[in-house]
Amino acid sequence: MMANLTLLPALPEIVLALGAMALLMVGAFRGERSLLAVNGIAFALLVIAAVIVYALPAGRIVAFNGSFVIDDFARVLKILTLIGSAVTIVLSLDYLKIEKIQTFEFPVLILLSTTGMLMLISAADLIALYLGLELMSLSLYVVAASNRDSQRSTEAGLKYFVLGALSSGMLLYGASLIYGFTGTVNFAGIAAAAAHGGLGLTFGLVFLFAGFCFKVSAVPFHMWTPDVYEGAPTPVTAFFAAAPKLAAMAIFVRAPITAFGPIAAQWQQIVVFVAIASMALGSFAAIGQRNIKRLMAYSSIGHMGFALIGLAAASPEGVQGVVVYMAIYLAMTLGTFAGIIAMRRGGASVEQISDLSGLARTQPTLAFFLAVMMFSLAGIPPLAGFFAKYYVFLAAINAGLYILAVIGVVTSVVGAYYYLTIVKVMYFDEPAESFAPMARELRIVLGVTGLFTILFFAYPAPLVSAAAAAAKSLF
Amino acid sequence: MSSWPILSITTFLPLLGVAFIVSLQGEDDVIKRNARWAALWTTLVTFAVSLILVWRFDPASPEFQFVEKAAWLGSATTYHMGVDGISLPFVILTTALMPICIIASWRVIETRVKEYMIAFLALETLMIGTFSALDLVLFYLFFEGGLIPMFLIIGIWGGPRRVYASFKFFLYTLLGSVLMLLAIMAMYWQAGTTDIPMLMKFAFPKGMQTWLWLAFFASFAVKMPMWPVHTWLPDAHVEAPTAGSVILAAILLKMGGYGFLRFSVPMFPSASHDLAPLIFALSVVAVVYTSLVALVQEDMKKLIAYSSVAHMGFVTMGIFALTAQGVAGGIFQMISHGIVSAALFLCVGVVYDRMHTREIAAYGGLVNRMPLYALAFMVFTLANVGLPGTSGFVGEFLSLIGTFKTNIPVATLATLGVILSACYALWLYRKAIFGVLDKPSLAGIMDIDAREILVLAPLVILTIVFGVYPKPVLDMSAASVVQLLENYNQAIAVKALALGIAP
Repeated sequence: MMANLTLLPALPEIVLALGAMALLMVGAFRGERSLLAVNGIAFALLVIAAVIVYALPAGRIVAFNGSFVIDDFARVLKILTLIGSAVTIVLSLDYLKIEKIQTFEFPVLILLSTTGMLMLISAADLIALYLGLELMSLSLYVVAASNRDSQRSTEAGLKYFVLGALSSGMLLYGASLIYGFTGTVNFAGIAAAAAHGGLGLTFGLVFLFAGFCFKVSAVPFHMWTPDVYEGAPTPVTAFFAAAPKLAAMAIFVRAPITAFGPIAAQWQQIVVFVAIASMALGSFAAIGQRNIKRLMAYSSIGHMGFALIGLAAASPEGVQGVVVYMAIYLAMTLGTFAGIIAMRRGGASVEQISDLSGLARTQPTLAFFLAVMMFSLAGIPPLAGFFAKYYVFLAAINAGLYILAVIGVVTSVVGAYYYLTIVKVMYFDEPAESFAPMARELRIVLGVTGLFTILFFAYPAPLVSAAAAAAKSLF
Repeated sequence: MSSWPILSITTFLPLLGVAFIVSLQGEDDVIKRNARWAALWTTLVTFAVSLILVWRFDPASPEFQFVEKAAWLGSATTYHMGVDGISLPFVILTTALMPICIIASWRVIETRVKEYMIAFLALETLMIGTFSALDLVLFYLFFEGGLIPMFLIIGIWGGPRRVYASFKFFLYTLLGSVLMLLAIMAMYWQAGTTDIPMLMKFAFPKGMQTWLWLAFFASFAVKMPMWPVHTWLPDAHVEAPTAGSVILAAILLKMGGYGFLRFSVPMFPSASHDLAPLIFALSVVAVVYTSLVALVQEDMKKLIAYSSVAHMGFVTMGIFALTAQGVAGGIFQMISHGIVSAALFLCVGVVYDRMHTREIAAYGGLVNRMPLYALAFMVFTLANVGLPGTSGFVGEFLSLIGTFKTNIPVATLATLGVILSACYALWLYRKAIFGVLDKPSLAGIMDIDAREILVLAPLVILTIVFGVYPKPVLDMSAASVVQLLENYNQAIAVKALALGIAP
């Protein structure tokens, strides 16, 4: 009975981990015949995990001697992450089959990675944090290289691994410094010790942040992003852009707020710098891109910068802003990648922005939804992307971060330029040869996320209030 | 009857048309025809519904009418709609011009008709919403949302440099507006609400007012457009299709002036008082300088675009004179300019459709072949000059009187603009319409047909009616203007008192 109680909060993770191992067995013994079943079951497991998260008893539950916590913040972000992973499996079905790189390991790795993400989101001490982070990352390194015969994919995997290992090292170094100076790995304990300040703790904090920045691909630890995004198979890129970003952002918010709240003034300036640098790089560097996956890489760097504005505010409004931002970012990213995956012509997938030329006349529906995504990513009302930016900037203004807010909106105008360029290519240019018809599941994903993006303004209350509850649980 | 949310119906009715057009299926030609008719009927019905607003509007009351309120983004930011004497004229202007735009595009737009009509109808919703929103965030939503359809209209159906023009239009306007967005947020934290009527009663601290005023100014000055941030306008006008230019000149530009009246003056009275000289300076430069620039244009649309900037100079000057005549003149000038500039762009469209050039030098002697056209063009040219008896006169005259009361040098300099506008407008008219018809390409040009008469006739009538009988528009806004100025003077008096006591 006691064991039940302590294991209950981790039930989603347990379900995913056991399921992943079982599927590994199925795959190993039944071989490639079981592909569809493995994918289907993996999807079902993710959905079940999401339902369990939703059904967990309300309130704040702490387990494993305070190293694992379930609160509203964890609930919201876990559900979003699970949605991200589940949709990725859907997105990958058709693509991997056509590219003939479908393996049963892919869904299994996604499950394992998602287990890591869930642990990361719930982590309440440095050890759990590291465990979750590494489980997530190691699976990601492998899926990045999942197209074994492609030089670019292998390069992406290797690059990601080497840089990722470096960042993990830094994070670990930071964690050990923090432990050394506070004598505890528990977030609450660190917070108590941090009240007395100390240079060593700040040192550790900086290293810890370096690790986080790497995972959310924020400047100056963003270098891997464009190459990995470009090299990895497109559904994998969609996965990278969606779920792991959410999980990493969750811990990037939870750790500073719950463990380093008393020294907020110290880390706020770091976050402000990182946010400004990410927004600026994301907007300016994207302008010259010709490859749409690379462009999305820079776009995601920029978006992480915008989301971090909320963290820089270090207030409940700010955290609410981050959660709203990440939820809308998830929808926009998945929708955009559904569109990018649909870019295939003559049996091969194409990735140049110029390939979208005149899409509005050859495939008006696809063009329309992609245009919606672009305007939304640019943050133009009345689309969802506007509300994402609205809430983070609202928090920044409340926290008195005027300069950050002004730089933020100006870079968003710069960023609007390249999103508009894509709309321009689709709508103003002469049509190129049309793409192959879109697979049904891609159409569903793009349609649902597109409608969400368009209609969000009509009824924003559920997400906004869920985010508010999530933010409240951290303070 | 009164339970009907008539304002929301007016605002969102065009979206019903959008939904219908989206659902159209069948042969290409059938879709085109049905899309046109659907758009026309939608805009006509919207216009008819908006007339109910006029009919049931009480001009004696300065309060917001047809008010609707519903929960939206929490308790502080609600779906709050309503119109008063300042916004209603613009709503009607929008709904009245839309059917004209649709008819004007009937034959001209042959490619992607469905998308074209969708873009226009979506734009109509966003424009009406901008003028009737009573919540800052809601206002911003409509205000900025309008960029998307206009961007597509210029970019898809525009002229050879459409890509450049559409990007310039979008990014210029966006840059101005995002600063306003930050100001809106600052106001939210200061006042605890984004409700416009409540914010009008809220007294912002003086230092903050200046910053907020400047942020709003950044947005409205670009939209208006005021010198020196007007450069997007000639490009956008020249490249946009005729109906796009009409909407741009007649309605989108008015959002700037409307914004000054709705936000800058009532919410930041002290800053408006302090920074009025800045507005005066920019307005005078706009009036004189852009009139001179208009004189040397070789492209008809560009000439009219620059003249728009000059006329908007009168509007800003009149508004910030902050006298009853000045503000009333500013509002009237905006309505009048909405009619006249729309008509002028339509006139250019008429000859452009025939000759596919807008170069003034390519025309001459049109009166010989197109007497009706020459007549209509003459009425609008004279209205543009501000000849008494046309609507253009009333607005310019009132805003000049209003300014004369507060600042004589500014009014004097601005009067120069009236003379200059006569120069360029009459010069354009002489070059294009009079003279000998010696260009072989023009020998076979036809006069305006029934459809074009249908488009231009209502505008001719309105121009003259409002010229001799401006009362309907002036009466509609009078009570609201009086209240606006009362509140302003009160705020300034309080400030003067505070200054008097402080030392």
